[in-house]
Amino acid sequence: MNEIWVFAEQRDGKLESVALELLSKGRELAAKSGYRLAAVLLSENGEALAPELFAYGAQKVYRLDDPRFAYYQNDWWSEAFVSLVREKGPEIVLVGATTVGRSLAPTAASILHCGLTADCTRLDFDPETKLLLQTRPAFGGNIMATIVCADTRPQMATVRPNVFKKEPLPGAPSGGELVNVPVDLSGVPCRMKRLKVVKEGGDDVNLAEAKAIVSGGRGLGSPEKFSLVRELASVLGAAVGASRATVDAGWISPLHQVGQTGKTVCPKLYVAVGISGAIQHLAGMQSSDTIVAINSDPNAPIFDVADYGLVGDLNEIVPAIVAAVKARRGA
Amino acid sequence: MKIAVCIKQVPDSDKVTIDRTTNRLNRAGVPAIVNPFDENALEMALKLKDANPGTTVTVVTMGPPPAAEVIKTAVAHGADGGVLICGREFGGADTWATGYTIALAIRKLQEDGGPFDLVLFGKQATDGDTAQVGPGIANNLGLPCLTYAKSCEVAGGDAFRVVRMTEDGTEEWEVQRPCALTVVKEAGELRIASLRGKMKAKSYQPPVWGVEELQPNPDFIGLKGSPTRVSKVFAPPVKSNREKFSGTPAEQAAALVERLAARQLV
Repeated sequence: MNEIWVFAEQRDGKLESVALELLSKGRELAAKSGYRLAAVLLSENGEALAPELFAYGAQKVYRLDDPRFAYYQNDWWSEAFVSLVREKGPEIVLVGATTVGRSLAPTAASILHCGLTADCTRLDFDPETKLLLQTRPAFGGNIMATIVCADTRPQMATVRPNVFKKEPLPGAPSGGELVNVPVDLSGVPCRMKRLKVVKEGGDDVNLAEAKAIVSGGRGLGSPEKFSLVRELASVLGAAVGASRATVDAGWISPLHQVGQTGKTVCPKLYVAVGISGAIQHLAGMQSSDTIVAINSDPNAPIFDVADYGLVGDLNEIVPAIVAAVKARRGA
Repeated sequence: MKIAVCIKQVPDSDKVTIDRTTNRLNRAGVPAIVNPFDENALEMALKLKDANPGTTVTVVTMGPPPAAEVIKTAVAHGADGGVLICGREFGGADTWATGYTIALAIRKLQEDGGPFDLVLFGKQATDGDTAQVGPGIANNLGLPCLTYAKSCEVAGGDAFRVVRMTEDGTEEWEVQRPCALTVVKEAGELRIASLRGKMKAKSYQPPVWGVEELQPNPDFIGLKGSPTRVSKVFAPPVKSNREKFSGTPAEQAAALVERLAARQLV
């Protein structure tokens, strides 16, 4: 039977949220296509993760367990993944567009000689042609393109975190089929090894996975005014982002930069404070779910993509929002 | 040491506009630039060249004849030379076909001048944003590939010490020579072109290689060799319920928080 696969990325024995988001979306594609939904889990001692994959709709879990899968190493992981694809022949393979997925997917597609579409924001299945319709923004989000792979299999796509909603199956967990796949990596050389991991900054810099982001731009006027952004971020439980102009001016670390030359993000909530909305910034944030813009210029391009626009002096508006959120919580 | 840097000519995305009737890029009048991340990759190569005398840096690009400009630019900034892959047959290539084609050119460079120790790419190009071609070329060349590298140093005779960026910090890796890296902005801004470099670039004409020189499998190049097809292009959906509030800061804030609460965002 044909299958849709989701790469069940784990780090340090914990599943990445994007894998569960892809399973949630995968259920919809499975229903439309009649294909089975399977998760592929490469891990070391990862048996505890299978039930979670079933809970999000995987009907089958291929589990490859090996000490070499303790952390992502491109040579071993891509070799094991590609071997399994060749053996089982899935129709569709979905991979989260994380720093891991964006190494694995292009390597695998190159080996398999199949099509790969990056950063899809919409996935659909056409029952007539039996093709996966992969829609992604192009040219900085100015146009949308739907991509298909008619002749090669599997049809591979990556999707960024937070693009699809993570929804567990309703009702009691029912389990699924667990397939333990033997791992044979003999003869695959180890050409790279990880020596050290350094976590930087606080939680407020992991923009790719943040559910909410408050970003500051040149409209802040001075680096000190990032305190306004941080305060609003703090009450909203958000990470702190920044425009290229503020990073270039040295107001804040490049780790915070959102935009085409920074990070592309798609949180549930994006608040742009004093950001006018240059194309290169919009390209990095316009697929966010709900966008709020605060700017003194009512004609700023940022308002074209904002669900909610607040026009005026950010020095007054931001504290007013902080107060309103606190008041609501207190009520 | 021998380093290859793959670079791409892209439209300056700060200046691009879209024709809304055709949903095509208005290319006319838009300046073409070196993909910003490829500049960072070139800078990484030039830093290694500074630290390791005798190193040569060769740039490789694929595109129409005007793309020769990016090679000349690279030479002005300190690259030793380059090659342009050009030909109608390569047109319409997706990331798979592009990876295959550029790998052929790197192989040919190696046949002529000896193996590369390092092949560098920008982490992605700003026109396509796929981040797929670098790992694809690496695979075609059989090289180990690390993505999102911010620094690279020679570690002993046969390895590089590489620091790469992840979602929440950095990792330090040791990777065997030869290898391939995709490079992030944190590798550093491209140095200013020297007067001597500019003079050299002025008269430099890169060799142009087509199907004749590369002898590709015709089924693997251009549109024909591309597994992906664009089936539809359309304008991004405009958010229909956009609201711009008015009133005092407190009134606007209250209205916003009410909407956010309705969407369960506060």
